[in-house]
Amino acid sequence: MSAKHLLSIDDLDRDGIERILDRAASFAEVADREIKKVPALRGRTIVNLFYEASTRTSSSFELAAKRLSADVVSIRASSSSVTKGESLKDTIQTLSAYDPAAIVIRSPHAGAAGLVAGWTDAAVVNAGDGKHEHPTQALLDVFALRERLGSLDGVRIWIVGDVLHSRVARSDILAFTRMGAHVTVSGPPTLIPRGIEALGCNVEPTLDRLPEADVVYVLRMQQERMSEAYVPSLREYAMRYQIDRDRLQPHQVLMHPGPVNRGVELSADVIDSPQALIVQQVEAGVVVRMAVLYELLAGAAGKPRPEGQLPEHERARGSLVGAGVIR
Amino acid sequence: MSVRGLFFAGGRPAELLIRGAHVLDPRSGLDGPADVLVRGGEIAELGAPGSLTAPEGAETVAAEGLHLFPGFVDPHVHFRTPGQEHREDLASGTASAAAGGFTAVIAMPNTSPTVDDAPVLRSLRDAAEQQARVPVGFLAAITRGLGGSELTEMAELRDAGALGFTDDGKPVVAAGMLRRALQYQRLSGGVISLHEEDPSLSGEGVMHEGEISARLGLAGIPSISESTMVARDSAIAAYEEGRVHFQHLSCVESVEALAAWKAAGARVSGEASPHHLTLTDEAVRSLDSRFKMNPPLRTESDRRALIAGLKDGTIDCIATDHAPHARHEKEVPFEQAPMGVTGLETAFASVYTELVRPGLLPLALVVEKLSAGAALYDLCTPKIEVGQPANLALVDLDEEWVVGAEGYVSRSENSCFHGRNFRGAVRLTIAAGTIAHRASAHGATASSPTTTGATA
Repeated sequence: MSAKHLLSIDDLDRDGIERILDRAASFAEVADREIKKVPALRGRTIVNLFYEASTRTSSSFELAAKRLSADVVSIRASSSSVTKGESLKDTIQTLSAYDPAAIVIRSPHAGAAGLVAGWTDAAVVNAGDGKHEHPTQALLDVFALRERLGSLDGVRIWIVGDVLHSRVARSDILAFTRMGAHVTVSGPPTLIPRGIEALGCNVEPTLDRLPEADVVYVLRMQQERMSEAYVPSLREYAMRYQIDRDRLQPHQVLMHPGPVNRGVELSADVIDSPQALIVQQVEAGVVVRMAVLYELLAGAAGKPRPEGQLPEHERARGSLVGAGVIR
Repeated sequence: MSVRGLFFAGGRPAELLIRGAHVLDPRSGLDGPADVLVRGGEIAELGAPGSLTAPEGAETVAAEGLHLFPGFVDPHVHFRTPGQEHREDLASGTASAAAGGFTAVIAMPNTSPTVDDAPVLRSLRDAAEQQARVPVGFLAAITRGLGGSELTEMAELRDAGALGFTDDGKPVVAAGMLRRALQYQRLSGGVISLHEEDPSLSGEGVMHEGEISARLGLAGIPSISESTMVARDSAIAAYEEGRVHFQHLSCVESVEALAAWKAAGARVSGEASPHHLTLTDEAVRSLDSRFKMNPPLRTESDRRALIAGLKDGTIDCIATDHAPHARHEKEVPFEQAPMGVTGLETAFASVYTELVRPGLLPLALVVEKLSAGAALYDLCTPKIEVGQPANLALVDLDEEWVVGAEGYVSRSENSCFHGRNFRGAVRLTIAAGTIAHRASAHGATASSPTTTGATA
């Protein structure tokens, strides 16, 4: 990673993505051990700041930081002074007083992570900003797919469903195409944003040509983000766009960022089929986020501090890597 | 004091000789070096360079190499008073106007409380007579509280000095409501100015709907949310033979609709802002809330259509829509930030740098359009002519400056041009015969006018 922060998939070129995925693969071995910790970030502080409900992203970031031996502070908007009206800027300035090495932020607003990056010396990881981006989700999706298929080059990926409200779709389109895949988005025309082709994907209003896909990536119907009716009914949506046994071809890989609305965008039988990569996506979440934190804070492009200011534990870092704790 | 519908604090009439400036006033046909003597609030004498001498006690401004224009008139500013003085007030707003070469401005009524009855308007007039550095006129609301459902007392508001009416910031959503206002306009007079936006199309939108909103995951405001309302309201105005003015036009479809209705004989006019003329939605990629305004920055083809509209006369004037917001209000994620950007101090320089210097618009046309808003509201248009009120902007076209480098005169700093390198700096503004602004910012050095006189 050349940048100090991970705010967008645009911060990464193909090499940068591959470096993170390779690092994640090495951490996957650690995850198989009984003791799953490495001391790479010992003594450093990571703040997880979540302004939106999240189960898998927040828990996997927390676990990733802990497995790197960092001290973790997890803050949820509902239980903090945010509910007392504190501005994002003031919250970040307060948290920055703890001298965190990284701030992981999820916000309901596009660009929040980018703003935070301007207000703190910490590395900032975007854990989802509004409908804009969710870069670590895209990285773990690429990781899980690469494990299954070997490579994304020439792979035809269909992203199906509510693209309009999906930050996952935006980051995935960018990451998948960057890795050599051909991306098509499909869904109700009311949920396909005008101009989405500019991200480098095709648009298909129906699933008629879905059998051409190698990978079917199904998006969650984000009812919580819908302030008005974009589809006449979930019933009609399911009839036209639900991925079920009839629509999913035997050669296709099925993905979903979770949490699934069973019986809406996916039928129960496909969720539990071996074609589904959904559990692997969750597993990839921890190791990919470990890799992101490692690359930002300890990797080759890690935070360059003036040599004289390096704290004791950071000076020891190189030897930890050399000793084979981190490959 | 008041000057035909405008109110300001006034001051000692300036006595000065502006010597040798290149005088450019398309309306009076002046385009060359001249001496201009300002005395008693008027342009007292005009002569060949070097032909006039300063009277006893008058100041002489050596202005060779500078340009002298008729003062600019901005028919669309938000001065935030009453109620939001942490953003701007009449003193800071008119000082900002003067710094931009404006010699008259028209303030919008979407304040707190709204300017929707005569007492509020009278209190504003009184405040302007205490505080305003350049003459200010006021529009009153079309509907009470900008609520869109009850007409204001338009006739009384006119008597109290309203130049016209607008619910700016909001559209008049119900066609029947606008029709009633236009019928009532026959009694009250006064232009009805419209912020055009169909909220069922703009929805929760925060930027132009297009490729960039798709990329950023931001809800879009489609251009049709504006243009369908321009077309609808032109039709209503034509039917009622009313007079409407369309504020801050932003897209090609609106320009086309305005052109068609003008050709059909409707009494319609339109304005465009410097930001819509010089920027596109590409700027929003930064997610910097300084690029958030309503209507939003649109595409290059929209921008080109606005420029063409100015050229062919479809668009009548340039108006800034100066909309100050406090720093803490704008220092939030894009979706949460309020709409609006400041514009008075950068209006000329932005248009000059981005449109005149590259050859997209002639300087004379820009100078004309920067004061053409006056006539739309039946105000006196600044003119460089003997006997005319002295409303003048002395500008150094060659001076380079960085927007915001030395702060802003406005109380707010939400300029969409912040940090940009512009050419064209206002050196001196004379509004209604008084010196309203004299440059000290932008590093007044060798290029600043040197003054001599009895006291210098």
